[in-house]
Amino acid sequence: MKNGARILIESLKREGVSTIFGYPGGSVLPIYDELYDSDLQHILVRHEQAAAHAADGYARASGRIGVCLATSGPGACNLVTGIATAYMDSVPVVAITGQVPTGMLGNDAFQESDITGITLPVTKHNYLVKRTEDLARVIREAFFIAGTGRPGPVLVDLPKDVNTREIDFKPPLDEEMQIRGYRPTFKGHPKQIARAVELLLEAERPVIYAGGGVISSGASPELIALAERLSIPVTTTLMGLGCFPGDHPLNLGMLGMHGTEYANFAVTESDCLLAVGARFDDRVTGKVDTFAPHASIIHIDIDPAEIGKNKPVDVPIVGDVRSILADMLAMLKKDASHEVWVERVRTWKKKHPLRFRDDGSLRPQMVVKALSDALSPDGVIVSEVGQNQMWAAQYYVFKKPRTWISSGGLGTMGYGFPAAIGAKYACPDSQVFDIAGDGSIQMNIQELGTAAQYKIPVRIAILNNQYLGMVRQWQELFYDRRYAYTELPPVDFVRVAEAYGVDGIRVEEKEEIAPSIRAAMEAEGPFVLDFRVTREENVFPMVPAGAAINEMIGGHKQ
Amino acid sequence: MKPHTLSVLVENKAGVLSRVTGLFSRRGFNIESLAVGTCEEPGLSRITIVCIGDDAQIEQVIKQLNKLIEVIKVSDITENDRVERELALVKVNAEPGSGRAEVMQVAQIFRANVVDVGAKTVILQVIGDTDKIDALEKLLRQYGVIELVRTGKIGILRGSKTVKSGK
Repeated sequence: MKNGARILIESLKREGVSTIFGYPGGSVLPIYDELYDSDLQHILVRHEQAAAHAADGYARASGRIGVCLATSGPGACNLVTGIATAYMDSVPVVAITGQVPTGMLGNDAFQESDITGITLPVTKHNYLVKRTEDLARVIREAFFIAGTGRPGPVLVDLPKDVNTREIDFKPPLDEEMQIRGYRPTFKGHPKQIARAVELLLEAERPVIYAGGGVISSGASPELIALAERLSIPVTTTLMGLGCFPGDHPLNLGMLGMHGTEYANFAVTESDCLLAVGARFDDRVTGKVDTFAPHASIIHIDIDPAEIGKNKPVDVPIVGDVRSILADMLAMLKKDASHEVWVERVRTWKKKHPLRFRDDGSLRPQMVVKALSDALSPDGVIVSEVGQNQMWAAQYYVFKKPRTWISSGGLGTMGYGFPAAIGAKYACPDSQVFDIAGDGSIQMNIQELGTAAQYKIPVRIAILNNQYLGMVRQWQELFYDRRYAYTELPPVDFVRVAEAYGVDGIRVEEKEEIAPSIRAAMEAEGPFVLDFRVTREENVFPMVPAGAAINEMIGGHKQ
Repeated sequence: MKPHTLSVLVENKAGVLSRVTGLFSRRGFNIESLAVGTCEEPGLSRITIVCIGDDAQIEQVIKQLNKLIEVIKVSDITENDRVERELALVKVNAEPGSGRAEVMQVAQIFRANVVDVGAKTVILQVIGDTDKIDALEKLLRQYGVIELVRTGKIGILRGSKTVKSGK
């Protein structure tokens, strides 16, 4: 005989889980009692939101499924932002929540919340388990659904009596998973793939627009091979950074609202756009009618609902990105050089580089560049949301997939630090830095407690400008410099860190950037770098909301 | 923009209806009519949804519905040869005398059944497509419709074609 909690722990281990992030409470006491003797590593966070973000960061950095655990009611509700973040960026997370006993469901019992109802729109699927007999099967299904097809979060809600009840339990056989209503397409349609290859060979000005799907399907090698064999310049979305080497001659960096001028020019001039694992998000396309106006569009995505959702497509290919790119490579009978086009793109790159003013003061972009120089290609950069995120995306040269972790779709401030903690557990041998702003870091700064307790060597580089910088930038540009509620009083983050027993240094001169980063990298535990940067720096270039992406402000004169 | 009839085969589990209807409201699609019931296979239910939208919107609705794990199959049966029916129960004023006789006559023309007769009212049951029920309702208004209950439309393909689980 085994109780539900024991069955849960055994099921998690059968799925290969080694680390979970969580926070205890009344309804999950039976689970925590089982964890007490278990060899599963449980990381106690300081707020459930951080558990969800840490599981998400763990998943993004490792490619495995992240797991978080919270109690019923407020615990479960606190996971919601983290679950929504994972949902918008298609990250495989399994969230386990406690629930009031089945007999009290719907009674407004203490710490009851309808978490399956609440998370309905932000999960790939969710379960309320009412019988201990169903528990093992549900956990298996949850992992299967989270990790296959277009990945996403799955929530499993467990009433307390389901966890305490003992049943005669035999582990389910490892037969192939069959869920009747869930059969994601894996192989692309050969005819469509052949058409795509043909179009790319015929094209004069092809561009590859690569997104997060390239990373989640592990398709970087195939993408690089295809781009090289056909000499196609590659631009990536925010989620796609790292899927193509940032120092590759064909790399155009990020496109869209804060993309490079040359990426946006190339897409606008292109006659054939290969969209791979990307979803034509409004931050990428700007005014959608003028996005890639001359191009035939090939769209590869595992989710059929993304095809044609925002932009009509000429050649849709539904399936796993890696498998489809491999099929394309196999079909290529010849290579292409696209010399004239590649040269034109190279000229744009030379004439319109990313730039910022260097007048001797400490500018935020310098910090990102210094980090890019200091870390090895395996170093992991996590970001918060806002200016810090865009500067990180622009100026850090990502060379490998899964080394860039950021909340793209939902844009969750406070994501970075807990996600960095998760990433560090996934990649214990890599340097992990959270590039933060003073606004974002204060949304989950309590996790200094977690980092200190477990001596997690994550480093936080705070670009401290005492503003909610991105909102301030919009106020400067579009609201006549009326800085409504975007100024933050200065915080001494070194002293905050000290209170938690975490080391840190304040950096005020540009000459101190590199040595301070070195000091952080050598620290044994967590480390905080408080960079006092120029306060009113803007992220440029910038496509104003609703404009075409080649109409950028803050760029070079054409 | 025209009405589309979607036939959706789902697993008969708690919460599946809220997953389906939640998707419509969340993504800004309107449901004109909804009918749910069990079907030929135990454990499954069939939902008939009528919604209005252009082709791209309907395509998006279908794709999003297909992503729901508990949805087995979605078919837009609008373009196919099909039978569609709705049932309505109408409680209408029918004082004994000429009024009642006229209501009975209207009922006969529409092949509506009288399913209850009260002192001052009768209840008519009518089956048909939306237009027929609309027409009957309009006619009965002059006598005074006290209460009207409609089921929502259900539809089925003619001939041997089916909306069954292929997925």
